[in-house]
Amino acid sequence: MQTFIDIVLFLMLAATAISIVRTKSLFAIVMLSGVFSLLSALLLVTLDAVDVAFTEAAVGAGISTVLMLGTLALTSRTEKPSSHSNFVPFVVVLITGAALIYGTLDMPNFGDPNAPAHVHVGPDYLERSVEEIDVPNVVTSILASYRGFDTLGETAVVFTAGIAVLLLISGLRRRREDEEADEVDDNEGQS
Amino acid sequence: MHHHLILRVVTKLLCGAIMLFAFYVQFHGDFSPGGGFQAGVIMAVAFIVYGVVFGVNQVKLVFPPWFVHKLVALGVLVYAGTGIFSMYLGYGFLDYGAFDPGHPSHGQHNGILAVELGVGITVTGVMVAVYYAFASRPPTINDEDW
Repeated sequence: MQTFIDIVLFLMLAATAISIVRTKSLFAIVMLSGVFSLLSALLLVTLDAVDVAFTEAAVGAGISTVLMLGTLALTSRTEKPSSHSNFVPFVVVLITGAALIYGTLDMPNFGDPNAPAHVHVGPDYLERSVEEIDVPNVVTSILASYRGFDTLGETAVVFTAGIAVLLLISGLRRRREDEEADEVDDNEGQS
Repeated sequence: MHHHLILRVVTKLLCGAIMLFAFYVQFHGDFSPGGGFQAGVIMAVAFIVYGVVFGVNQVKLVFPPWFVHKLVALGVLVYAGTGIFSMYLGYGFLDYGAFDPGHPSHGQHNGILAVELGVGITVTGVMVAVYYAFASRPPTINDEDW
């Protein structure tokens, strides 16, 4: 049953990806990328990684779709027809894909108890978490307590990214100048 | 979107529920999937949905940009402040045992709640700020074109 669900989900994922490539309407593409994220979230649920699935559904399918729609409102709604041949990009994609598949050959099998992730600090955390942290959700106890420094770093990354976006496109200063200009205009209009 | 009656009514009903769910995910993260990051995103979604349906200027009245920008920094401050506070109590940076020396796992609970709150505040702030930054730019598509 698990295998069947996996196969169906991966087929739908591939179908979504192909339709994203073939669609010209950017609005449809944004929606399809939301669908893609939802399907990935489902795959993560079948792997029992509910926390990650939750994040993927909220960020991938929710926020990034909205942000893409916001961007779409600033540009045109159809893709420009490509003016040159697709041959070179196709070859690059094939080579990259082959390299990635070659890379997975060295990875441990799914569920392998001897995988590096399962023999390093992981078992230690799982064993000690109940006694030391006493939080039922081990993911939270690892993220917030054992790996508190890492999470502080992540929060700082989110903070930095937000500041960078604000600096680049919020136009705070420009708006202030506009308002001043408007006020000047208003004053001139009145006098 | 002045003529989308159903969207407007449903959004008004949903906004409160979405925020409640965000608080649930935030403070129930110890027991169920979720935590500060997911809760922050969901909280931001409540404001973004409102902005998408009623226009970004309406949501800016409720959640003004200057306040959002303060939240972005406040969350990191809460997180790092928790660490500094545990140092002040004579423990290591982010050593939550400091918050209840007699019962270390209670201290852990308090510490985790504090840092998750910090993460949630920053993520809410950043998501809403990024949305404002995109949505406040001038050219928009007519309702009829969708």
